[in-house]
Amino acid sequence: MDERRVLLIEDEPNIIEAIRFILSRDGWRVDTHSDGNTAMDAVLRRGPDLIILDVMLPNKSGYDILNDLRAGDDTREIPVLMLTARGQKKDRELAEKLGADKFMTKPFSNGEILATVREMVG
Amino acid sequence: MGFDFLVTICLAYVLLLFLVAFWADKRAERGRIGWLRSPLIYTLSLSIYCTAWTFYGAVGYAARSGLEFVTIYLGPTLVMIGWWALLRRLVRIGRAERITSIADLISSRFGKSNWLGVLVTLLAVVGTTPYIALQLQSVTLSFDAFSNAGADTQGQSLRQTALLIAAGLALFTIMFGTRNLDANERHHGVVIAIAVEAVVKLVALLAVGIFVVFVVGGGASATFEAIDASPIAAWQGRPERWTTMIFLSAAAFICLPRMFQVMVVENSDERHLATASWAFPLYLFLMSLFVLPIAVVGLSVLPEGSNPDLFVMTIPLEFDRNALAMLAFLGGFSSATSMVIVAAIALSTMVSNHVVMPIWLYARQGGATVSGDVRHVVILSRRISIAAVLALGYLYYVFSGGGAALAAIGLISFTGVAQILPSLLGGIFWRGATRIGAAAGLSIGFAVWLWTSFLPSFGDASILSANVFANGPFGIEMLRPQALFGIEGLDPLVHSVLWSMVLNTLAFFIGSLLSSPTPLERFQGASFINVFRYSDGARGWTGSTVEAEDLLMMTQRLMGPADAQVLFEGEAARQGKTGFLPDVTPAFLERLERELAGSVGAATAHAMLMQITGGVSVTVEELMKVADEAQQILEYSSQLEAKSQELESTARQLGEANDKLVALSVQKDGFLSQISHELRTPMTSIRSFSEILMEGESMSSDDRLKYSRIIHNETLRLTRLLDDILDLSVLENGQVSLNKHSAALREILDSACAATVHNGEGASLKIERNPKAEEVELFTDADRLAQVFINLISNAQKYCDARQPKLKVQASEVGGRQVVDFIDNGSGIPRDKQSMIFEKFARADDHKAAGGAGLGLAISREVMHRLGGSITYLPGQAGTAFRVVLPLEETIAA
Repeated sequence: MDERRVLLIEDEPNIIEAIRFILSRDGWRVDTHSDGNTAMDAVLRRGPDLIILDVMLPNKSGYDILNDLRAGDDTREIPVLMLTARGQKKDRELAEKLGADKFMTKPFSNGEILATVREMVG
Repeated sequence: MGFDFLVTICLAYVLLLFLVAFWADKRAERGRIGWLRSPLIYTLSLSIYCTAWTFYGAVGYAARSGLEFVTIYLGPTLVMIGWWALLRRLVRIGRAERITSIADLISSRFGKSNWLGVLVTLLAVVGTTPYIALQLQSVTLSFDAFSNAGADTQGQSLRQTALLIAAGLALFTIMFGTRNLDANERHHGVVIAIAVEAVVKLVALLAVGIFVVFVVGGGASATFEAIDASPIAAWQGRPERWTTMIFLSAAAFICLPRMFQVMVVENSDERHLATASWAFPLYLFLMSLFVLPIAVVGLSVLPEGSNPDLFVMTIPLEFDRNALAMLAFLGGFSSATSMVIVAAIALSTMVSNHVVMPIWLYARQGGATVSGDVRHVVILSRRISIAAVLALGYLYYVFSGGGAALAAIGLISFTGVAQILPSLLGGIFWRGATRIGAAAGLSIGFAVWLWTSFLPSFGDASILSANVFANGPFGIEMLRPQALFGIEGLDPLVHSVLWSMVLNTLAFFIGSLLSSPTPLERFQGASFINVFRYSDGARGWTGSTVEAEDLLMMTQRLMGPADAQVLFEGEAARQGKTGFLPDVTPAFLERLERELAGSVGAATAHAMLMQITGGVSVTVEELMKVADEAQQILEYSSQLEAKSQELESTARQLGEANDKLVALSVQKDGFLSQISHELRTPMTSIRSFSEILMEGESMSSDDRLKYSRIIHNETLRLTRLLDDILDLSVLENGQVSLNKHSAALREILDSACAATVHNGEGASLKIERNPKAEEVELFTDADRLAQVFINLISNAQKYCDARQPKLKVQASEVGGRQVVDFIDNGSGIPRDKQSMIFEKFARADDHKAAGGAGLGLAISREVMHRLGGSITYLPGQAGTAFRVVLPLEETIAA
């Protein structure tokens, strides 16, 4: 598959806009999803190469979704980049414990997120 | 029968008593008390009530005054049967307080007043000395009657006999009465000897009685006929004398120092009293059974002018029954010696404890005394006292000239010691009795007795002149010894008893009522009167036997098993024994007491050991010391308890503070985390889009404008957020200053609506109002109130999900308060979220797009709180509904 696909699970419209801009410019196809409850369905439906997952989501937290992802047979191997605006040490630790591949604190630089995404699916 | 033979018999008898006493003492020393302290022995020891005066004199009494002699037996019998509870109380007090004599009892009860002790001692000595003289006389007379059988005797030889007897008795008493110093003043050897004597005199009297009735008198019925025929049958009792005699013998039975000695001091077990209460009256009954027959038969068979006081012995002699006569003689001898011995012991204890020792201690000026030293002095003073008491008895015998004058001395003696009765009874039953009362009663009773009874007993001309009898001292007729206060015609005995007892009792009561007891008196009074409440009669440890095992058990309890074992093993090793049960020696007890004192305090240790070793109850003073120690321990432990409570409460406070801090810290963490999130989210967009713009790549101007607007909006959002946070912080800290003034509700709502109209998308919200209801003047901070309204209206604009959003604003007055409801036509807030919408950063539906930081309602709540009102979610409405309530009294004030 030529086109690499990212699923961005995030509820802040402006941040979605920003990340979509950065990644699509780099040749990624960016699908987005904003609701926690239905995030797993979106993952299964889209079958992304990479998931960018926000922690603070409506109805279901990013950690719970990550947990589900790592428990599902079809989703276990998908690399996950966690984004959080809380940025405390314990958030990072929790994310790593739950099986996040990378963890980034908002705000991030555009180059940083691009490099990380490239590295993860490289 | 020769004088020497009689002396030999007497010596042999006394030697027998020596052996019995010695054997009993040895047995007791080895701790084998057993039957030495049985109810039987106790009862027999009480028989010292029956002295030679009773043994010989009862018959003489009957011969002279008919049945009146019975009163001498009736008094004690009535006390024993009818009032043995009193005796039990005395015994209990005696044991509980470690009373050593009746003087000690009175002194102890009235605040350990030694002067009272001296007074009672004096009374006892004066009252008892003639009695001892009487015994010497009886024995001497019987000696004389036996050895010379009717021949005239020389006064000189009689006196020599008496002196010999007195010396012999002194020796015996000193040997067995002061062999060792027992803390309880108990004399095992003496008591056993007395019991033997009690048997001897009973057997002797019964033998003579049976001989008289069945041999001389010709059988029971013949004897009864003889009694009926004799002048004794014609005797008429005089009620006042009869009553007086019964009272007197009863009082004497309780108050006689020697009776107190055997009944209370020598008592080893309270339960013996129960047996004695029937056995002793039985003894008295047997003693009195043959008195009348002997008197009647004696009067008929013996020559005119024979001394009826000696009938018991002279009847067998008349019939040449020498063996029986010898038995009777020994019976009389027994009666006399037992009385003298016990009386001497009792008196010497009193003299020694209340007179000699205080003087000796005073002479030493209270210098440091070694215990061995004191012991030596005590024993010496006892011995001298015994010798002195007997010497006094002998001297009295010599100077009174013997004979008829002595015959009446028994009752005079009784009257004397009866003076103790009011103080004794008052002391153990009446809390209000005081030492002043006791001293007054005793002194006046003593004085009246001396004047009306004792001094006159020496005869009309010996001490008191005939003139005094006839006209009173110094011619004061009121004070005539036998007609006090002008009351004449009374029997001298009745007169004396009546006046002495009445005045004594009156003085006792008046003195007690007019004075107040000292604290020690009060305390002693309470412990005497409540002796049954405070002392436990049925203790397990009785007798002076104590097993090392018992001590070990107690010690283990106090020191712990290991330490106790070590102590006992060490002591056993020291004694050359194996195992851990040493012999209980005084040295060991002393060591043990010291050891125990280390753990429970000296007084407690002493008291406990006394309890176990002596079977003795603890004295009041010891109890007080024990209580003191316990008190100290209690105080110490209550201090500890207070400290630990203090620590506990401090710890609790610290714990609470810590919990609060932890909760605060959690809250703070949560809040910081929220703030962080709320700040970082817009900053993320700003950073991303500014970076995109900075790259300067080719970009449509639309995009450029779009991204710039995003940055701008996010910047506004950040500013609002910061404003809200600062506003909330100020409100929460109470630092906000309200600017209250009069304002119309309608105007405030107008300005709130106007402020929200400009808010972009909110234009589509239709606001329904009722201006009439809004015509209310409020006294409030209008700007702050408008802030709340604006928040509610903008929330409706953001979150009302109806297709044609409508917000109804209803003003009304409910229960004296101004209410403004904001109800929209949306789907409302789910029940489970209603409770948290006022919390910081809570958003009912996570619509971040709405642009709020989630602090609006939190701020509104704080504002309403400051304004004295409230804002609540109003459930049960069609859509989202909030109710704002304002205090109306402030509107009136405006």
